[in-house]
Amino acid sequence: MKDAIQAGTVTITGHGGDEIEAYLSRPLGDTPRGGVVVIHHMPGYDIQTKEIVRRFAAEGYASICPNLYSREAPGASPDDAAAAARANGGVPDERLVGDVDGGAQYLNSLEGANGRIGVIGYCSGGRQSFLAACSLRLDAAVDCYGAFIVNTPPDGAPLKVTPLLGIADQLSCPLLGLFGADDSYPAPDETAALSAELDRVGKPHEFHTFDGAGHAFFAVNRPNYRPEAAVAGWERILEFYGKNLAS
Amino acid sequence: MCTYQTEKVELVGSGKGASGWFGVSHATVYVDHPVHAQFAHTLNIDFINPSLGPSARVAVELTEEAALALVEAIQRSIASAPAGLASEHQSVGAH
Repeated sequence: MKDAIQAGTVTITGHGGDEIEAYLSRPLGDTPRGGVVVIHHMPGYDIQTKEIVRRFAAEGYASICPNLYSREAPGASPDDAAAAARANGGVPDERLVGDVDGGAQYLNSLEGANGRIGVIGYCSGGRQSFLAACSLRLDAAVDCYGAFIVNTPPDGAPLKVTPLLGIADQLSCPLLGLFGADDSYPAPDETAALSAELDRVGKPHEFHTFDGAGHAFFAVNRPNYRPEAAVAGWERILEFYGKNLAS
Repeated sequence: MCTYQTEKVELVGSGKGASGWFGVSHATVYVDHPVHAQFAHTLNIDFINPSLGPSARVAVELTEEAALALVEAIQRSIASAPAGLASEHQSVGAH
């Protein structure tokens, strides 16, 4: 079987040297390949995110999703962990970067790794994907409908995040942005402002805003799922990684 | 959209979660994406006790109409009972 993959839970060294849980999937062959770090959405390290990790393995990449809520909620179910993390204001930015770096290093330590790393994140993970790509040396970043890169969260929101536009000039790799035209967070004017800033600082990026889609259009188990946008989005992602993560 | 807005209230009472009964210390109330209800957004209430860990949680995801109907039902139930019967300061021998 040339298409066999392996998947399961591993322990990686995350931010601050912490041992955290992560879900790994990789092709079994020894063909040189890039790696993809998947950043889960706010609802957590759930079965749908693990499906995404396996999809990347099936497409020929080693892929890993760190459980960003490992510290607050070791062993808890993803929804309980997400509720606890939400009440705490989300994941601190510095810790996110360390956990993504831990995932990238783990992927690069595997047999067959070509040393090229992509990152992708959904919802809050979209912003975090951009953050990681501005903080680490990566090869390709995908932002799926991440809000608060340009704008500040509404007053009173427990989510303790700050806009990231000021670090756009530190973006270390090409950025693919996938957004819904009907989304409010981020709304099309926020993604347009990000695109304009990336143009200004000379950072390569490719943004697609899908009509008839809102937030979370990739989420197959939610009524937000929009097959046309999701299928086209997957095509853009695989094309983008094919170009930037090849040996 | 994710509103990210959360109301948090202190509570006195108990709830039954995945591992049995526990004392509830707080509730968080927010409009956001549900985990299970098949809507884009719902009014979510988590009855929790953070001192017992993240799994000490009873979660509900309600439509706006259901949540408002629940509020009214709670108010009617309390109003129909003698004042103070279910209070934190109720007398132990009351029936």
